[in-house]
Amino acid sequence: MAEPMPLGPRPHRMVRVEHIMGTAISVDVRDRSFATSAVDAMFAYLRDVDDRFSPYRSNSEVNRLGRGELALADSSRDLRQVLALCEQLRTSTAGNFDARAHRSDGMLDPTGVVKGWAVEQAAWMLDDAGARNFAINAGGDVVTRGQPEPGRRWRIGIRHPMLADRVATILELGAGAVATSGHYERGIHIQQPRTGRPATDLLSLSVIGPSLTYADAYATAAFAMGSDGPAWVARQPGYGAIAMTPDQQVVWTPIAWERRAV
Amino acid sequence: MPKRGIIASLLTAAGLVLLLSFKTPSDTVPTDTTALTRPAATRPDATSAPDTTSAPRPTATPTPAPQAADTTVTGPVIPTRYGDVQLQVTLSDGKITDVTAIQLPNDRARSAYISSAAAPMLRQEALQAQSAQIDLVSGATYTSEAYAESLQAILDQNHG
Repeated sequence: MAEPMPLGPRPHRMVRVEHIMGTAISVDVRDRSFATSAVDAMFAYLRDVDDRFSPYRSNSEVNRLGRGELALADSSRDLRQVLALCEQLRTSTAGNFDARAHRSDGMLDPTGVVKGWAVEQAAWMLDDAGARNFAINAGGDVVTRGQPEPGRRWRIGIRHPMLADRVATILELGAGAVATSGHYERGIHIQQPRTGRPATDLLSLSVIGPSLTYADAYATAAFAMGSDGPAWVARQPGYGAIAMTPDQQVVWTPIAWERRAV
Repeated sequence: MPKRGIIASLLTAAGLVLLLSFKTPSDTVPTDTTALTRPAATRPDATSAPDTTSAPRPTATPTPAPQAADTTVTGPVIPTRYGDVQLQVTLSDGKITDVTAIQLPNDRARSAYISSAAAPMLRQEALQAQSAQIDLVSGATYTSEAYAESLQAILDQNHG
């Protein structure tokens, strides 16, 4: 299957970084000839999603729905899909992922699922445009495809939970996704929806699996579960977890362990 | 890079999944816990003939002398369900030489926390991104402003 490719001194890279959704989104395409217009279209899509789903823009689609100015039936397919996903996750995580409970005022805030979901849509746009070897990092949530250079897999460092400039461990991935929640997360700490207590039993929890949408939501939910989180992730088919505990242990579930870089 | 080994595997209370914990051998950092004592070459049931080639090395040197270049970073107090945790990291010439718990929950609570058999390990695992040859970094979401100083920004710039 693998086509022989010339092995240059450095791998060919097209790197683009744009600031969307309050974070930096990096795209790294390793295919030798890939149209930059497809990357432009991908960023335009992410900016559009940000506009429509932002709870911070009063006229966003999600806020108009929340105020009752927009009927659910008249909302976009994307919004209905995200809301269905929120409901599905609320059930499957036994309430540990709740698009309403994560906000103190109880208003609908699907941002916990939107970023992972939107970046997965973005990766599919690049797939459709013919990209085969690329990675997207949306503020720490990672999607990969193919190979960074012939003969090896993507090496993804998991940020050290106490030292921002270090990685605590490394995973190797072909096509897949990694998302991390941590106590060093921006803004207010994630709260356990069921108890309202801060979710701080773990320093960080990373989820690896086929879909960024689910990896991201599972990381949020399992981090809120604390020390029960890794075992819960391990019960989700195809997903694995790496948890860093306050007493300096790194806990791996089998699927994550299989992908650790040796 | 020292070879890592699985030192403990444990079942969850529900017995449903196998969770793995591992550590690297404590080759650079004298550790402070007896749980880390390696059994190699000290088996009581070994044959009576002394085997000099696999003789245990002299016991680990005691606490290293503090160096002038040491810097310490104190982490935030992290409230957990078992009590407060606060850690302090010592760096020497950019390498982590020690991680000390300034505050930890008591022993009973800690053993309830997860596995008493698992060893401290974040201290051994902190890797310099430059030497780790990584393509990407996953972490809890950084802000747009924090990106400029993130590892990912360095990886993004280091191309062409």
